Amino acid sequence: MPPLLRPDLKIISEWIRPGSRILDLGCGDGALLAYLRDQRQTRGYGLEIDADKITRCIQAGVNVIHTDLEAGLSDFDDDSFDYVLMTQTLQTVRHTEWLLDEMLRVGREGVVTFPNFGHWKCRLQLALGGRMPVVKTLPHAWYNTPNIHLFTIRDFEQLCRDKGIQLLQCVVLDHAHRLSPGLQLFPNLLGEVALYHLGRP
Amino acid sequence: MISSFPPDSVGLVTPQILRFDEPLPLDCGRTLPGFELIYETYGALNADRSNAILICHALSGDHHAAGYHQADDSKPGWWDTSIGPGKPIDTRHFFVVCCNNLGGCKGSTGPVSINPDTGKPYGPNFPIVTVKDWVRSQARLADRLGITAWAAVIGGSLGGMQAMQWTIDFPDRIRHAVVIAAAPRLSTQNIAFNEVARQAILSDPDFHEGHYYEQGVIPRRGLMVARMLGHITYLSDEGMRARFGRELREGKLNFHFESEFEIESYLRHQGYSFVGRFDANTYLLMTKALDYFDPAADFDNDLAAAFRQAQARFLIISFISDWRFSPARSREIVKALVAAKRDVSYAEIPSTQGHDAFLMPIPRYFETFTAYMQRVAGEVSHDASLAKT
Repeated sequence: MPPLLRPDLKIISEWIRPGSRILDLGCGDGALLAYLRDQRQTRGYGLEIDADKITRCIQAGVNVIHTDLEAGLSDFDDDSFDYVLMTQTLQTVRHTEWLLDEMLRVGREGVVTFPNFGHWKCRLQLALGGRMPVVKTLPHAWYNTPNIHLFTIRDFEQLCRDKGIQLLQCVVLDHAHRLSPGLQLFPNLLGEVALYHLGRP
Repeated sequence: MISSFPPDSVGLVTPQILRFDEPLPLDCGRTLPGFELIYETYGALNADRSNAILICHALSGDHHAAGYHQADDSKPGWWDTSIGPGKPIDTRHFFVVCCNNLGGCKGSTGPVSINPDTGKPYGPNFPIVTVKDWVRSQARLADRLGITAWAAVIGGSLGGMQAMQWTIDFPDRIRHAVVIAAAPRLSTQNIAFNEVARQAILSDPDFHEGHYYEQGVIPRRGLMVARMLGHITYLSDEGMRARFGRELREGKLNFHFESEFEIESYLRHQGYSFVGRFDANTYLLMTKALDYFDPAADFDNDLAAAFRQAQARFLIISFISDWRFSPARSREIVKALVAAKRDVSYAEIPSTQGHDAFLMPIPRYFETFTAYMQRVAGEVSHDASLAKT
């Protein structure tokens, strides 16, 4: 029996064609890659910089390559993957726009998930409290957060439009990665986590 | 006393020798009419012979990878940190084999062995052997031990090169390759260092063009300088500074050429002790095997094409302070494996110990190594249970 799965992994897996070749940027403990391998018969690699997470990937039987994403994907050829995934990673990197470019150079399609800074709780904490928001999806203080690029769903869609990146599919979830229909009405206000399926310009 | 060995040691071990009478064709065009390999084993081979692991040694290594030959040995085998019950290569799960390579000087056929054609030691007439030749001879050893496929072939440095060559030359006989602190081929600088080491030996007046056995001498000074030079490339600048600094043995400058700085004394000691246990002709051969190693050369210099032959899964490990075979060299291997669509994991380990780090029990390194080997062990048990049903 597969372990009970987070809904975000399930949604992403529905976007992935069976048998695809996958590169997961910032793959963490390899849970997504292991799930896609088991459910979608995918093959591929995770890139990770944290030593403990690398060990956990190896324990899970997931291919993991020690990589500093800030150095880019120069070790990977154009078009070498069907999908490049970036779950909860884009907001942690310095060269955001460049990494998006790299992602869609190496992969024919992309999947990006990120915490939505436009969620009403963030807006309220900043507007009324006058403080940088601390919420479940962004739990760190401003001075110790790994999330160095904070952006909203609207910001992200604007960047993709400016770059001509195709927005193929989008789903927003709450902080527990649950899907509820109400969220999709006002995604930038109610969504805490955004999932995007991207296509090349 | 056996009880005096640490609990995670394989304990007392006895080398064995196998004689191979079928001629072995070599890359250089010559053929060894027959040869012997000395080897050790640790742990037990399982019923379906699926848990065997081959350890490949580096330049100055041998078949004595773990355990003790005698109860009062001052030091265990060269990779005792990694091989034993509860260690990364866990002898409770694996049957571990390590042989001295052809051309060696520790009991396998090499320059010190008697050439059957002349009745004298081969000396400098021993053929220059390559990594591919070693792999071919190791495959014969596997045949004789009844091992159809290794669960893993594992090695550091030149040993890692043998593991890579195994995946290319015998893809169906190796399920995993663990390649530690290695490179896909030597850099120009690597070859340059090897050439200086060789010149040190070749220019020693006691070398006698390799026929020093008959003269009753050994090219002591040349071999010592070669080892001192090699040793510098095994350590890092940072590690050397931390360990020796500019410390003076007598606390003051003496204005002479005896060893004054601690590092000088250390290198001389390394050189002296090496001369007593290693053969100069073998040293020359081993450096040549390093220089010649280039699996991509057989595939239009396309390393990915070489690895497309492979079926094994790979673990590649490098060390930050290793400048002999730096992390960038390991990443070349990883890049080619990804391009060849092979299964590979890669870890870069922080350490100040330079190239020698692969012999050290560095926690980060061992966590990664152990996690991978536990996966391999899991597959082996799975295979065994399938075989029973």
